[in-house]
Amino acid sequence: MKSRLRRRLLIAAGLVGGALVVGGYLFYRPRDRLRLPADAAAPPGEAWLTGWLRIGADGHVSVLVPRQEMGQGVYTGLAMLVAEELDCDPASLRVEQAPVDPLYANATMLGDGVPFRPDDASWMARLARHTQYKVGELLGIQATGGSTSTRDAWLPMRRAGAAARAMLVGAAAERWKVLVADCRTEGGRVLSGERSLGYGELAAEAARQPIPASAPLKDPARYLVIGTSLPRLDVPEKAEGKAGFGLDVRLPGMRFAALAQCPAFGGSLKRVDASKAKSMPGVQQVIELEATPTSAAAVAVVADGWWHAKRALDALSIEWNDGPHAKLDTAAQRETYAALLDKGEATVYEDVGNAPAALAAAGQAIEARYEVPYLAHATMEPINATAWVKDGRCEVWVGNQAPTLVQWMAAKPAGVGEVRVHTPYLGGGFGRRSEMDVVVQAAAIAKRLPGVPVQLIWSREEDIQHDVYRPMALARLRCALDGAGGIRAWYHRIVGQSCTQGLTGRLLPWAASDAMKDKTTAEGAFDLVYAMAHRRVEHVLAHQPVPVGFWRSVGHSYTAFFVEGFLDEVAHAAKRDPYEFRRALLAGAPRHRRVLETAAQKAGWGAPLPPRTGRGIALAESFHSIVAQVAEVEVREDKSLRVKRVVCAIDCGKAVNPGIVARQMESGIVYGLSAALYGEITLKEGRVEQSNFPDYEVVRMADCPAVETHLVESGWEHLGGVGEPGTPPIAPAVANAVFAATGERLRKLPLRLA
Amino acid sequence: MNGTERDVALEDEAPLLWALRDALGLTGTKFGCGVAACGACTVLVDGQATRSCVHPLAAVAGKPVHTIEGAAARRPFAAVRGAWIAEQVPQCGYCQPGMIMATIALLESNPAPSDADIDAAITNVCRCGTYPRIRAAIHRAAAALKAGG
Repeated sequence: MKSRLRRRLLIAAGLVGGALVVGGYLFYRPRDRLRLPADAAAPPGEAWLTGWLRIGADGHVSVLVPRQEMGQGVYTGLAMLVAEELDCDPASLRVEQAPVDPLYANATMLGDGVPFRPDDASWMARLARHTQYKVGELLGIQATGGSTSTRDAWLPMRRAGAAARAMLVGAAAERWKVLVADCRTEGGRVLSGERSLGYGELAAEAARQPIPASAPLKDPARYLVIGTSLPRLDVPEKAEGKAGFGLDVRLPGMRFAALAQCPAFGGSLKRVDASKAKSMPGVQQVIELEATPTSAAAVAVVADGWWHAKRALDALSIEWNDGPHAKLDTAAQRETYAALLDKGEATVYEDVGNAPAALAAAGQAIEARYEVPYLAHATMEPINATAWVKDGRCEVWVGNQAPTLVQWMAAKPAGVGEVRVHTPYLGGGFGRRSEMDVVVQAAAIAKRLPGVPVQLIWSREEDIQHDVYRPMALARLRCALDGAGGIRAWYHRIVGQSCTQGLTGRLLPWAASDAMKDKTTAEGAFDLVYAMAHRRVEHVLAHQPVPVGFWRSVGHSYTAFFVEGFLDEVAHAAKRDPYEFRRALLAGAPRHRRVLETAAQKAGWGAPLPPRTGRGIALAESFHSIVAQVAEVEVREDKSLRVKRVVCAIDCGKAVNPGIVARQMESGIVYGLSAALYGEITLKEGRVEQSNFPDYEVVRMADCPAVETHLVESGWEHLGGVGEPGTPPIAPAVANAVFAATGERLRKLPLRLA
Repeated sequence: MNGTERDVALEDEAPLLWALRDALGLTGTKFGCGVAACGACTVLVDGQATRSCVHPLAAVAGKPVHTIEGAAARRPFAAVRGAWIAEQVPQCGYCQPGMIMATIALLESNPAPSDADIDAAITNVCRCGTYPRIRAAIHRAAAALKAGG
């Protein structure tokens, strides 16, 4: 009896073990990243050479870029990866948006999401990253975010170029009846001895060659394209106003929709009187939209033009049920957060040594409270989407950061089984365009007008008042010095909402949970490289009805302000120069130290400045890149701030396109400076108080500093992102400069002198 | 309208922006804020930089209007376009038609603008932060126009 049971157990264990091995194999096995997409239609005369490029008979190379162009230069940067290995002339490059297909998934974005320090090389951290990366491949989500595009495409797009090159060489060798080894490639041609054929002449034959699984990649020392400041491929059409955005989509018989959303979060429509609006010129329909987990309750008017739609919308008489959050108020919320800062239950993100005990033992501690408000994205192109329901399918044109999600989320509201996504240029993204609210609304409207394409455009007021906001956050930092110019203990506690939980709740409500340890809430706080013997970093998760989402640099957008502002205070308390103090703490982090030194030296740290002017420095690693900035700030007689000059140093490993990297630093700095000087979303009586640029001011030409960027190279093995890392250091650099100029410490954004 | 006469069947008070975009199919001029605060909708009316999102259609009756689609007819355009490419100004590109039209108006009235002149004339919003490049491009375009006579 016993032996039978044991045998059964052994068989069961064997089966489970076998299943795990097979399942593990299926899960972890390498996926074919070179195949053609399911929807592999090709324009006449073009031949597919892997799923990432086509070559035309005239020799032009069409690269399918799997990420969305929102100004960050991704169309150019990723096309350069293919061009390098393909050995084609960059002038022959054309770029198009890849179709929605798991082939083009961004697995790195998920891989980056695990709550481990980026420098944690333990087996647990590596397994978690790898597993999450595999989940990313499995889910197959095409998305642009987390400054991951270049890192994620680095291998597959170079491999695609190399495979296509091998196919072209194979075709030429066959035609000439020579050995592959006797052929070489250069500038879009295969050469062998005196013979030479252009890629265009070989493309059709090359497409019949098998796709090699592992064509060799170039030695980086031989790069001709990667590492150059190739002019952006999209600049000429953008310099002529010919670039097409979502808002510019025009279709036969198209109608336009304007909408009003319930001003209170979580509210609903009580009653709408549309009698007047319905008789206004051009008006076709008034449509009530129920709230969904993804989108707010709204009333939309469809008309022959957007102005007619908007005018009729303004003529509606709408009553809302404000719902449970009608009294939401930022001042009250700050009190709630202050209480949570004292007593809330926290998730610990880093705990080395015993910071609380070391602080208690030190007796004297430096302590400060920091605060940042909610922020809107305010993309230049107002939020919009065009949907067309016909023949059982829905076509959607929308500037978006996640076409796979558009495909998933449009089907239900459109009442169709098939969705086709078109992604034109994005008029700014900054994280806002990974949201699906406008897609769901446009699809629901289009369902009510079968056969008619409808373009839904939000007004700027709807955009500012119905964004998913950068979370408001409060922090307390405590520090004890070690008496030798170093830090003995560091205790950083943050209160705020979770962006990942917010987005998950909007896409998959059943999957959102407090158990999710959202790395982004404390990124940039728990992964510091400064020498600190004891350190503890924790985050108290707040629950608020205000929707929060990814805003350029996400958690780093506030943690860098907290950490680098406070560190400046600590330096002054230690009676040390803030640059030298940081530098000393970076003895064990040579890459960071070099970046800091470069920024300080290029900025002329320590050189005399005019009166009422100060220099501030800040360093932040984010998205695998290290950035230091020195801001030179003049405090005017009226206490307003003029940021005159910003010197920026970045180590992103190496730059695929140094010109684009420099522009992304400028872009990130200006975006962060708008938040540092002006940005603030507040709520009163359940409503967002700001509504448009006059009360949500941003940096303009007259208050934009001169920016200079210096690249600090550390090698391709340290490849990092560039879309976001320019943003985090600017607010603390400016705040620290204000302190240098005035002796007044600003611990709250936006920066305002008393 | 860009050198040809166009009839628009829209109310007098309709903003010029929507007449351009929805009635005339000229989508180069962008909608940004609707309250003349961001300049994405800048066009030239009688050679003056004008924010078309609040400019009533009736006010342009019989007047020359230039949008980005017809900008080539303005003398500074080629130099501005060249400078925009040389300085690699655009990022997302959405604000650029408005920026370019505002720049053309500036250079037509002031062929050698100082930094302060640029600050005063270019008040459009760019969320990608292309301002330093725009400033450099305006100086470059002004130099090119001067060199070209």
